[in-house]
Amino acid sequence: MNSPHPNKQTFTKESLKKQFRLSEFLAEKVISSVAFLSIAVIFLIFIFVFKESLPLFGFNDKAKANTEIQTTTGAAIETYGSETSTADSEPETYGAPAESLEPETYGSPTEDLNPVVEETAAAEPETYGTVTEDLNPDSASEDVVAIDEKVTGNKEGADKTWSTFFSTEWVPVSDNPRFGLIALFIGTLKVTIIAMLIAGPLAILAAVYTSCFASNRRKEIIKPIIEMLAAFPSVVIGFFAMMVLATFFQDIFGYDSRLNAFIGGVAMALAAIPIIYTISEDALSSVPKTYTEASLALGASKAQTAFSVILPAATPGIFAALLLGVGRVFGETMIALMATGNAALLSANPFESVRTFAATIGSEMAETVFGETHYSVLFFIGSLLFIFSFILNAVAEFYVKGRLIKKFQGK
Amino acid sequence: MEKAISITENPFAKTNGRGKDVKETAVVGLTQTAVVLIIAILVIILGIIIYQGRTKFSWEFISSFPTDGMTQGGIFPALIGTFILVIVMSIAAVPFGTITAIYLTEYAHENSKFAAAVRFSIRTLAVVPSIIFGLFGLGFFIQFVGTGMDSAFNDGQLRWGQPNILWASLTMALLTLPVIIVSVEEALKTIPRELREASLALGATKWQTIKHVVFPGSISGIMTGTILAVSRGAGEVAPILFTGAAYYLATLPGSLSDQFMNLGYHVYIMSTQSSDVEKTMPIQFATTLVLLILTLSLNLVAVIIRSRIRRKAK
Repeated sequence: MNSPHPNKQTFTKESLKKQFRLSEFLAEKVISSVAFLSIAVIFLIFIFVFKESLPLFGFNDKAKANTEIQTTTGAAIETYGSETSTADSEPETYGAPAESLEPETYGSPTEDLNPVVEETAAAEPETYGTVTEDLNPDSASEDVVAIDEKVTGNKEGADKTWSTFFSTEWVPVSDNPRFGLIALFIGTLKVTIIAMLIAGPLAILAAVYTSCFASNRRKEIIKPIIEMLAAFPSVVIGFFAMMVLATFFQDIFGYDSRLNAFIGGVAMALAAIPIIYTISEDALSSVPKTYTEASLALGASKAQTAFSVILPAATPGIFAALLLGVGRVFGETMIALMATGNAALLSANPFESVRTFAATIGSEMAETVFGETHYSVLFFIGSLLFIFSFILNAVAEFYVKGRLIKKFQGK
Repeated sequence: MEKAISITENPFAKTNGRGKDVKETAVVGLTQTAVVLIIAILVIILGIIIYQGRTKFSWEFISSFPTDGMTQGGIFPALIGTFILVIVMSIAAVPFGTITAIYLTEYAHENSKFAAAVRFSIRTLAVVPSIIFGLFGLGFFIQFVGTGMDSAFNDGQLRWGQPNILWASLTMALLTLPVIIVSVEEALKTIPRELREASLALGATKWQTIKHVVFPGSISGIMTGTILAVSRGAGEVAPILFTGAAYYLATLPGSLSDQFMNLGYHVYIMSTQSSDVEKTMPIQFATTLVLLILTLSLNLVAVIIRSRIRRKAK
C-alpha cells in the first residue's frame, strides 16, 4: 500500500542483460557452421582438383605415397575405362597383389600388377558380358599400355610433361605422349568467341527490348519464356546441335567436317543467352527511373534514351553478364563433347573441328589410369578451368558491382 | 514573327508519313527481332524434338528395358536411375541449402565479412563449370572418402571407392546447392519484418521465432528450390560422367554403392557411342523428349509457385 506500484519490478543492468541460453547458442553455432560449409566446399574443390595434378609439379614423393595407398585397391580403379567394377566379380584376387606390393618400391609393383590387371580385365567380358556392355572393347589392353607409360612417365619426371604443354599437339595416349595445351586453348577460345559473338548482341538487344520498350504485360510473358531456355539441359542442346543444326548449317555453308567450332559455338550461344539476358535485364532495370525521366523530359526519344542513357549507365552490369556468359561457355562440357567434333586441330578456320578443355576432361577421364601423367594433366586442366571461372566471378562480383553502386549513388 | 515550334513533334526527325520516327522504329524493331529470334529458336528446338520423338514416345517406351544391345526397347532403368539420383541429391542438398539460407537472412549481420564470404562462395559454386564438380567427385568422394571408407570398414575391399549412386548424388547436390539457397533466401525475404518482431516482442527467442514463424513461411520457397534443383540435377550429365553413370545395366541399382543409368547420359552415349546411331535415332529423340518434358515441366511448376509467392508478398 505504501508503494503506488505494487508489482513494479526493478530493472537493473544485470536483469536486462540477455540471458545465456544453451539452445540458442547451439542453434546459432550449428547454423553458421552449416553456412561455413559452402566456403569449405570451394576450398575443397580447389584443393582436391589441384591435389590430383600435383605429380606434374614434381611432388613425386607425395604421389608415391598416394599411389601406394591406392594400389591395395588399385587394380579395380585402374579399370575405370570399362565403367564396371572388377572387384565384385573377383574379390579374391586382391589379397595377393596387395601383399606383394607393400614392401616394394613404386616402380616394380606396378609391373607385378600387370598380369593381374590383365587377368581381371580379360575375365571381364565373361563375367560381365551379359550385365554390362563394355564402353571400350580394347580398354583392357589400353590400360596395360597406360600402366607401362605411368612407370616410365614418372621416372622421367615432371619436366618432360611441362615442356610438352606448350607444344601444339594433343596426343595423350602414345609411346611418346604430348600434352599440347595450346591446341586445346585455341580450340576453347575459338568456340567461346563464336558463341559470345552470337549470344552477346542477341541477349543484350533482347534485354534492352524487355526493360526499355516492352509493355508490362509483354514483359511478364517474354521474361519467363527466355529464362525457360536456361532450363534446357545442356545435353539436350548438344544433341539438338549435333542432330539438327549440324546438318542445317552444312547445307548452307557446305563445309567438310559436320561437327565443328561453329556448330559448337552456336549451340553454346543457346546456353549462354539466358544467363546474359537475365543479368543484363536486371542491370538495365536497376537503372534509376530518374535517369529515364530526365532524358525523356529533355526531348529524347525512347530509343535515344535506351541506347544513350540507360545502356551506358548499366554498362558494368552488362559487362558482368558477358563475363558470366564467357564462364558458362568456357566450361561447358556436354555441348562441346557432342557438337564440336573433338579433334584438337590448330587452325583459324571456324569450320574445323576443335577440342575444348572441358570436353577433353569429359571424354578422356574415363580412360585414364589413376596416378598416371595423363590423369594428372586432366586434373591440371580442371584446376585451370576452376581458377578461370573463379576469377571471372570475382571480377564480375567486386569490380563491376562496386562500380555500378558508385555510379548510381553519384559518387 | 518566328514560327512557333510545336512541342509535341520534333522538327528534325524524319518521319515515315504516319508521324513516327524512322530511326526510332528501326531501333525498336531491331531489339524486338532479337526477342522474336530467341523465342523462335526455343520453339524450333521444342518443336523438332517433339516431332521427331513422338513416334517412339509411349508408355511402353518409358516402362521397358533397353533390348538388343540398346537398339530396341525403352529407357526404364535410365528413368529410375535419374529418379534415385535426384532423390538422394535432394536429401543431401535441401537441408544444407535451407539452413544456409536461414543463416544468411536471419543470423548474418549486414556488414559481416563471414556472410559476405558465404555469399561469394555460393555465387562461385553457381558458376563453376559442371565438369569441375565431376572431377571433384572423383578426386574427393571416390578417391579420398570412398577409398578411406573401404580401408576403414571394408577391409580394403572395393565397395565405396568406385563410381556409384551415392557419390554421383552428392556431387550433384553440391552443384544444385546454390539453386536451393537462392530460392529459400528469396522466400525468407518476403516474410514481413513485423511478424518476426511480433514474435520476439511476445518473448520468443530467436530460434523459436525461426522455428515457428520464419520456417513455416519458407516452405513454399524450399519447395521451389527443391523442384528447380531436381530439374537441374535431372538434366546435368557432366558431373556424373565419371562419378557413377553406367552405359548399360541389366538390373536396377539395388544399393547406393551400385552404378546407375541416367537419362541425360543415355542421350549422350546413344548419340555418340551407339553401335548404330542412324537406327537408334527415334530412341534418342524420344529419350531427349522425356528428359525435356521432365525438366521443363518441373521448371514450370517452380515458376508458378514462385510467382504466387511474389504476388502474396505484394
